[in-house]
Amino acid sequence: MFHWLEKHPFFFAVGVFVAIAFAGLIEILPNFAQASRPVIGTKPYSTLEIAGRQVYIENSCNACHSQLVRPFKSETDRYGHYSLSGEYAYDRPFLWGSKRTGPDLMRVGNYRTTDWHENHMKDPAAVVPGTIMPAYRWMFEHKADIATAYAEQLTVAQFFSVPYNKPVPMKDGSTEIVKMGNNVTEAHALALAEAKVIAADMKDQDVKDAVANGQIPEIVALIAYLNSLK
Amino acid sequence: MENRPLEYDYTVAKMFMLTTVLLGIVGMLIGVILAFQLAFPELNLILGESLAEYTNFSRLRPLHTDAVIFGFTVSGVFATWYYVGQRVLKVSMAESGLLMFLGKLQFWLYLLTVVAVVVSLFAGVTTSKEYAEFEWPIDVAIVVVWVLFGINMFGLIGMRREKSLYISVWYYIATFLGIAMLYLFNNMEIPTMLAAAPDGSAVGGNWFHSVSMYAGTNDALVQWWYGHNAVAFGFTVPIVAMIYYFLPKESGQAIYSYKLSLLSFWGLMFVYLWAGGHHLLYSTVPDWMQTMGSIFSIVLILPSWGSAINMLLTMKGEWQQVAASPLIKFMVLGSTFYMFSTLEGPIQAIKSVNAIAHFTDWIVGHVHDGVLGWVGFMIMAALFHMAPRVFKREIYSKSLMATQFWIQTLGVVLYFTSMWIAGITQGMMWRAHDEFGNLAYSFIDTVTVLHPYYTIRGVGGLLYLIGFFMFAYNIYKTMTSGRKVEESELQNASPMGA
Repeated sequence: MFHWLEKHPFFFAVGVFVAIAFAGLIEILPNFAQASRPVIGTKPYSTLEIAGRQVYIENSCNACHSQLVRPFKSETDRYGHYSLSGEYAYDRPFLWGSKRTGPDLMRVGNYRTTDWHENHMKDPAAVVPGTIMPAYRWMFEHKADIATAYAEQLTVAQFFSVPYNKPVPMKDGSTEIVKMGNNVTEAHALALAEAKVIAADMKDQDVKDAVANGQIPEIVALIAYLNSLK
Repeated sequence: MENRPLEYDYTVAKMFMLTTVLLGIVGMLIGVILAFQLAFPELNLILGESLAEYTNFSRLRPLHTDAVIFGFTVSGVFATWYYVGQRVLKVSMAESGLLMFLGKLQFWLYLLTVVAVVVSLFAGVTTSKEYAEFEWPIDVAIVVVWVLFGINMFGLIGMRREKSLYISVWYYIATFLGIAMLYLFNNMEIPTMLAAAPDGSAVGGNWFHSVSMYAGTNDALVQWWYGHNAVAFGFTVPIVAMIYYFLPKESGQAIYSYKLSLLSFWGLMFVYLWAGGHHLLYSTVPDWMQTMGSIFSIVLILPSWGSAINMLLTMKGEWQQVAASPLIKFMVLGSTFYMFSTLEGPIQAIKSVNAIAHFTDWIVGHVHDGVLGWVGFMIMAALFHMAPRVFKREIYSKSLMATQFWIQTLGVVLYFTSMWIAGITQGMMWRAHDEFGNLAYSFIDTVTVLHPYYTIRGVGGLLYLIGFFMFAYNIYKTMTSGRKVEESELQNASPMGA
């Protein structure tokens, strides 16, 4: 059979394809629907948080920080409850990472503050002596891309039915609504309202001034995203 | 006409040899910079505060991996295909104007794509998925390049005079199909420009931005099904294709066992794809998939070692060649590193070992003993074998080649030993508890302890890079000032010669 295949490239290629496609079909398909259902308490990202998530991705934070707490005592002691599949239901892309050069960030919002992040992103070694993390000072100057974040929000709402402007069940039995604007101007206004809350806790005068003038520096969006990780 | 020997046409092979060398330098240079940045973080500001954004570890990291995978390795795969393909199929590229045109088109499109990738990654345009960072416009270009490669491959196969496909061709076909399938499915994404605001107004934003088709756990599953098998079909399958051709050719020895190559090939095809789950042990993907990933990773030793042992036994009775020829040294040590790496991988895929190894530098070490020791050595050996036949000039300096071999071997050894220690140290410290059950170390303790190992790793990487510059210089001098030689004059005691 093999000799025959080696003389018939088409059937050879078909054989190879069947052999390699087999595993994918069996491993990937069966659990697809189940794995994408959100758990109670998981809500979609706001416009500003998505913009911050894009800053996180743009700077490959995931190259050094994971977002996956494994079910070991040492990890739950350090980072909090182990990760549940449904907590990632709105993560497109997933940001689990594959290397912990720095600590896990899955629940960083539980134990770090706006103030801490501001100091740390500006000069990591001043906050954590001995750290090898570089500073990200340009994030204090560059403006976050709210239009792209809004486009992403619309895309996930339209193509994947992510529940914006709809009540989402929370753990305490209440519901919350994550708003999405009707157009990019509204989206910007929503993001700015959120940014003002963050900027109030910050010290950098340029950032405060920018937000007061209706601009949103990248650092504000990033901190909004990091604070949302719980 | 009928009796004249076939003149192979290496135009396209030469083009890709050039990018193999150039992108190899780029990828490895960035790698060395990254390695030293981890040891000496001041180097993140190597070009000053104003360019900090572009010299930062996190921006450079995807450039390193992608330059080495899609630059150096994939160029090497293309270069060797356009050399090996003609020779084992007994057909010349010159016989088809169309294939020649498509081959050149493939090269220029590839080059254009490389430029787009470099610009976009520097600018921070990335999807965040490892080895699939490119946004959709670049994905489209990559698919076109790959389709052109496929047309060329099957075009040449369709014209062949040798009816039976040689083992290398099996592996090249598998490379083409495997990457095509994996890349397409992993990069399923929806451009955000398709979204419309509820009130019908224009949204604006980046036109090239996209959202993944899969969310969370599913996304991770597809990504590591891809990520693991991009390694399979980029770093294993085509490199095995190379060694099955170049080792017998260079040594004049016939392949040890046809049956073993058969078993290894079909075994590898069937088993490899299952193993992706070992990247997701103890994550939120279903437990049975994790277990399957573990089990199949262990089974994977069989076909991997099958190929490697087949290669080593091909040298049976001819071991003096290893001492005499630096080129044989590269290939023999390459298959040895292949065995080493394909044993280490399955060990790391055992769940209890993975609990310590995952997220640490041991994984980085594992990747590099495979890539530096196996992929890098084999591609350089292939180019060293091709150069005299393609440029019709003798290799400029054999002693330079031998020096390069030892420098790079030392580099690889420093690299993986330091990363083993670093990884296991860090993994153990993360989980250490004191007598009261509290965590024994804060995270930063597990970072500062790694400084010496990061430094040693940097030195190892630097040695490898120096060796690579010697390789580039040797190839350049061979092209320009090597002694002119015809292929028939080259040492070829092979029963498979000609």
